[in-house]
Amino acid sequence: MIITLDINGKTERAECAPGEMLTEVLRRLGHVEVKKGCDTGNCGACTVLLDGKPILSCSFLAVRAEGHAITTIQGVEHEAKEFAKFLTAEGADQCGFCAPGFALTVLAMKKELTDPSEADIRHYLAGNLCRCTGYEGQIRAIKKYLEAENA
Amino acid sequence: MREYVGTPTQETRELEATRKFNIVAHNVSKVDGEGLVLGRPAYTDDLAPRDALHVKLIRSPHAFARIISIDAAEALKLPGVACVLTWKDCPRIPITRAGQGNPEPSPHDRFILDEYVRYVGDEVAVVAAEDEATAEKAASLVKVEYEVFEPVLDFEKALDNPTVIHPEPEIHEMFPIGFEPKRNIAAAYHMEIGDVEKELADCPVTVEHTVYTQSQQHVALEPHTAFSYLDLQGRLNIVTSTQNPWHTRRLLGLALQMPLSRIRIVKPRIGGGFGGKQHVHVEPYVAMVTLRTGKPAKLVLNRREVFESTFTRHEMRVSIRLGADRDGTLRAIDMKLLSNTGAYGEHALTVFMVGGSKTLPLYNKVKAVRFGGHVVYTNKVSAGAYRGYGAIQGLTGLEAAIDELAHKLGMDPVELRRKNMLHEGETSEVFRIMGEGTEGVAMTIDSCKLEECIRRGKELIGWEPDRLAWEVAPGRIRAKGMAIAMQGSGIPLIDMGSARLELQDGGFFKLHVGATDLGTGSDTILAQIAAEELGVDMKDIIIHSSDTDHTPFDVGAYASSTTYVSGSAVLKAARSMKQKLIEAVARKFGVAPEQVIYERKRFRTADGAKSLSLEEFSFDTLYHDGEHMQTIAVTESFSGEKSPPPYLAAFVEIELDRETGKVDVINYVAVADVGTPINTSLAKIQIEGGLLQGIGMALYEDVRYSEKGHMLSHSMMTYPIPSREDVGRITVELVDSYEPSGPFGAKSAGEIGIDTPPAAISNAIRNATGVRLTKLPFTPERVLMAIKEAEKHI
Repeated sequence: MIITLDINGKTERAECAPGEMLTEVLRRLGHVEVKKGCDTGNCGACTVLLDGKPILSCSFLAVRAEGHAITTIQGVEHEAKEFAKFLTAEGADQCGFCAPGFALTVLAMKKELTDPSEADIRHYLAGNLCRCTGYEGQIRAIKKYLEAENA
Repeated sequence: MREYVGTPTQETRELEATRKFNIVAHNVSKVDGEGLVLGRPAYTDDLAPRDALHVKLIRSPHAFARIISIDAAEALKLPGVACVLTWKDCPRIPITRAGQGNPEPSPHDRFILDEYVRYVGDEVAVVAAEDEATAEKAASLVKVEYEVFEPVLDFEKALDNPTVIHPEPEIHEMFPIGFEPKRNIAAAYHMEIGDVEKELADCPVTVEHTVYTQSQQHVALEPHTAFSYLDLQGRLNIVTSTQNPWHTRRLLGLALQMPLSRIRIVKPRIGGGFGGKQHVHVEPYVAMVTLRTGKPAKLVLNRREVFESTFTRHEMRVSIRLGADRDGTLRAIDMKLLSNTGAYGEHALTVFMVGGSKTLPLYNKVKAVRFGGHVVYTNKVSAGAYRGYGAIQGLTGLEAAIDELAHKLGMDPVELRRKNMLHEGETSEVFRIMGEGTEGVAMTIDSCKLEECIRRGKELIGWEPDRLAWEVAPGRIRAKGMAIAMQGSGIPLIDMGSARLELQDGGFFKLHVGATDLGTGSDTILAQIAAEELGVDMKDIIIHSSDTDHTPFDVGAYASSTTYVSGSAVLKAARSMKQKLIEAVARKFGVAPEQVIYERKRFRTADGAKSLSLEEFSFDTLYHDGEHMQTIAVTESFSGEKSPPPYLAAFVEIELDRETGKVDVINYVAVADVGTPINTSLAKIQIEGGLLQGIGMALYEDVRYSEKGHMLSHSMMTYPIPSREDVGRITVELVDSYEPSGPFGAKSAGEIGIDTPPAAISNAIRNATGVRLTKLPFTPERVLMAIKEAEKHI
């Protein structure tokens, strides 16, 4: 079947099977910034925004995304670059495989929570796993980023 | 200037130690960081050709079986199916999948595809089709008949079991490693210094401790992935998420019976490795399909396959006996291991030996030490390399036994360690006797700031030996524990890395290295080393790595080798480049090289009469200097004559719930001596990340099987890794240290972080409850049962 998706503000048509998940369709369209990590909705690497809210695209039927605004990290490149400065300054980008999904969730959190505590940050981002950093550097980066954004 | 990175003189040592750095020992952002965060195409699957065939592997549903027949007729009828390949399509050449030196210290006990399957998930056949759905459908249509055998699943029953897992006649060891497949032994090792039994018999105080350490999964977020294609010259090109491109090329050449000149391996960005990609898991299968069909082919393992069919950490039984005087003088260590290598013997001996070689030297003053045991085959997924291999298992036993000794002596465990541990300027016989799979290399410890690590760690955790456990609420106990660790920095005289520098028009340099950045940031730190030595900025170094066609050789990223081994190669290359530039400019100036001074990207004569910028010279040498025009390029290599260990002192505070048995890590303090951290942020992150993997292993990560040998923990649902809510705080500091043999004083940082958590947390639980746990992970059930068991005896 053919579906029509709104991806980063552009309309894209895609061939897809009825039971196919959004990650597969996005990657096939060339949106390789959406990563596939675990197949079970645990790791968060496949995170995209659906109408501004983070979802796991590996567990979301592509057909259900019709009529919604899909945002990948490339749709928020300017903001993502700002956050990347803080993340890389802590060395907390590491292998980077979780980074696009993680960064999208950070940007969504910034919009959703005002003045989050460290516990709030950890909780909001609990679904974005990272095997490299031990998370401490990412927390340092997020705190500094939020501080700079709010200044 | 030092002539050789590995052998500094006293003078250069002092000079270097007080040197002010501009780029190394600073925080420099990773050169690829922004691109990765923005999701630019970077990893293997991102780069795969759109028309690549999709490869799917049919895997064994049985733990041990012989394939009677494979019927692919129905599958081949399906439109879009390109081929189905079985063991009959493979050369009958035994190989190892372990990425190691040549010859490998692992037995060649594996075929790309075999008539026998030896664990659930073992490869049976390869299916390729035009799209993934068709490949999966085709795989389901292939009919395989098996003759099923009784598997060996319990590694304590493997030795001399009636079931022989490897009866095939072609398999062999490359040199003596104790390989006895008829007894299910993949490797064996034994060594003794002094007379351990006699010494133990003489000791007034002895302790014994046995602990079972579980197998653990790497869980790099990027699954193992490779694609292959034939280039215009008909050469096989493979792009793969590997930690060791050259070993992969060599092993594939053997497996496929191809000249190495016909194969190219490229490593793009990798989404994590941790040792899990130090092997050949996906490459042979895409290669077979491309060679058979002439078409590009790709294989991305799904997460279940990564769990079930790549490698895990070696499960071990670690038995320790210690003997000491009443004043705490440690006199003898006896360490006996039994290691489970699973179905194939990849890294069997090396991991085993590290269990002793990177633990026993910590207590170098003992009169007698013994180490040995067997590595056995079972019908479980193969074990392989995993960050901290051997060391984490050995230390989990040894550091718990040291604490038991402290309890028995009524001593502060910190003071017991300080009294007996290794110090700067000392050595250990173990270094000479035990290497990784071979004899070791004698070495004197030129940098060891373990005392300072301990001092600072105590301060950060608030260590009070009289108050190591206290109740914070009814049934909730806070407790502290500690452990120390060492690692290595590459394998001496075996690991080799090389680097090539070339001046470009514009006054910048190409830096080509074989080293393999797994996401650790090694491309960045290697560029930092070159920039520091050449007196240029980071933007003046263009780094390219890990391509067997285009970069110089490197064994790969493992054994904590990249900073020390590959980094030393880069430093040597930068020094040679400087010398070559000065010679070329001297000829231009018409003066002797000694009269040319180079600083801040500018050459001048000592008298100041002549001056030329690096940029001007770069154009002159490539466009303007007529018969003197030349490419200024150098290639240098480095193999370590020693493997200077980094050290770490860990202190943990836990909260233990006596009602549920749950253990929470409140604060994990680790103070490490990694020599000069080439990149302060990246070194710290290495330790932090390693600690959390170690904490996961200590508390809940576990590879579980059914009675038939099916893995039960084959998803991130059933094998959870730590999330950012699971640990209170991780506090890492690096102490001032300078390793004279390392590049700008650096040692390794990649593995040392993972080594301590199981031991330190075991010691904290002991302090909280009075009970010593003997089986990892320390789940609430195990903690609770141990407490209840102990209560029975009161």
